[in-house]
Amino acid sequence: MNTAPGEVVLRTEHLGRRVGEKWIVQDISLEIYRGELFGLVGPSGSGKSSLLRLLNRLDEPTSGTVFLEDQDYRQIAPQELRRRVGMVTQRPFLFPGDVAANLRFGPAQRGATLPDSEIASLLERVGLPSFAARNVPNLSGGEQQRVSLARALANRPEILLLDEPTSALDEHAKSGIEELVRNLVSANGYTFVLVTHDRGQARRVCDRVALIEAGRLVRQGTPAEVLDA
Amino acid sequence: MLKSLFHSQIALGFAQAAIASVLALLVILLARRRNIHLESDTAVALLRGIVQIVVVGSLLVLLLKAPRWSSVFLLAGMIIAAGSISAKRAQNIPGARKVSTYSIAAGAGLVTAVMTWAGVIDTAITSLIPVGSMIIANAMNTNGLALNRFRSEVLAHAGEIETALALGAAPEKTIASYTEASIHSSLIPAIDNLRSLGIVWIPGLMTGMLLSGADPLYAAIYQFVVIAMILASSGLTSLLSTMMIRAYVFSPAEQLVLRESA
Repeated sequence: MNTAPGEVVLRTEHLGRRVGEKWIVQDISLEIYRGELFGLVGPSGSGKSSLLRLLNRLDEPTSGTVFLEDQDYRQIAPQELRRRVGMVTQRPFLFPGDVAANLRFGPAQRGATLPDSEIASLLERVGLPSFAARNVPNLSGGEQQRVSLARALANRPEILLLDEPTSALDEHAKSGIEELVRNLVSANGYTFVLVTHDRGQARRVCDRVALIEAGRLVRQGTPAEVLDA
Repeated sequence: MLKSLFHSQIALGFAQAAIASVLALLVILLARRRNIHLESDTAVALLRGIVQIVVVGSLLVLLLKAPRWSSVFLLAGMIIAAGSISAKRAQNIPGARKVSTYSIAAGAGLVTAVMTWAGVIDTAITSLIPVGSMIIANAMNTNGLALNRFRSEVLAHAGEIETALALGAAPEKTIASYTEASIHSSLIPAIDNLRSLGIVWIPGLMTGMLLSGADPLYAAIYQFVVIAMILASSGLTSLLSTMMIRAYVFSPAEQLVLRESA
């Protein structure tokens, strides 16, 4: 695992979001380094998924901001920002059609065509070689989540947000995704932010973690420093 | 039977309205036995309906003597009311009232204006108000159906919409199929009316023309003209409202703001 801090890709500064009278995310300042797998850990309802949605501006912060490579993300056009900060959700929400069409969706939004060779390479990377022509309703839950991951990677994001990607999967599919996510970071140099309520999962795959409780950052550091404290 | 009991036409009208309302209420009671509760909505609608139509009828009596241009104000009032009524079908979407009013004004207003200019609708109050109100009422229904369906589609597919946004899609692209479905379903009644014209139903306007001594063939053709105008104004209203409502479904930062909890 990667433990040496490198270049900061994404930085949050006093980030907060209030819904009605309640602060669901409050005063969070974090730094995510290039090539690391950073975990946001906390119990259900602690605000970690809400924090994740602020990182690609799917929701608007009430206070503070996010810097993507030192640029305030409010100065980046939302579509460009979301290409650079990708996201994989709890449920894959694949689009109707085949696997290849799903992978082509992101690049097509900016007028680019994803070559077949790149589709094959992405599918190889997520452990689904020769799945390009498969129809998505025929895929298992684990396979759908892998397609969702490949679809997000097809946009070549600088950082990828993963919101509880294994919570809807059985144990076997879950360990497969964990291994895949870890390998993508270690072998391919991707930068991932993983939201999980599962402390065991955070220990198994993350380089560093932040513990979130009641919308606040409690501690951050290596999994051992944060979760065993 | 009623005609022998009532000598005044007004009293006869109220008695007929009472019987029609009782029939409607009986159906509501039947629905209640199946745990479908429409009582308060229907009672209020029936009461509102009779009061409103009596007020309009009384106004028409006065307007018959008013100058022709005064019908413009009455039609404008109808458009404002129609906007407010159909906006309720789009609950939770901020701006629905404004969008509905503008869309109905553009859709029904444009078609009524063009057809009046072309001489298809007579400028006499007795012609412009009934035909104009039919166009506005149908535009209102179509708008309500379109926004209601649009709202349901967006709420039911929030995950898919946000997934597409997260992949860098433009907001209008993420809801294109739901917009199309909403426009299509909202126009089904207007299209079916046109399809079934003369076979399943002979609308009231034609009946009225026949009773007042118009040539039956002309009355029939004119009926087609009215239903075609209704389709045109409903279509335009639906297209405009689903296009304008987009600005209220997404924030300027391209975030989906219409959600179940909103």
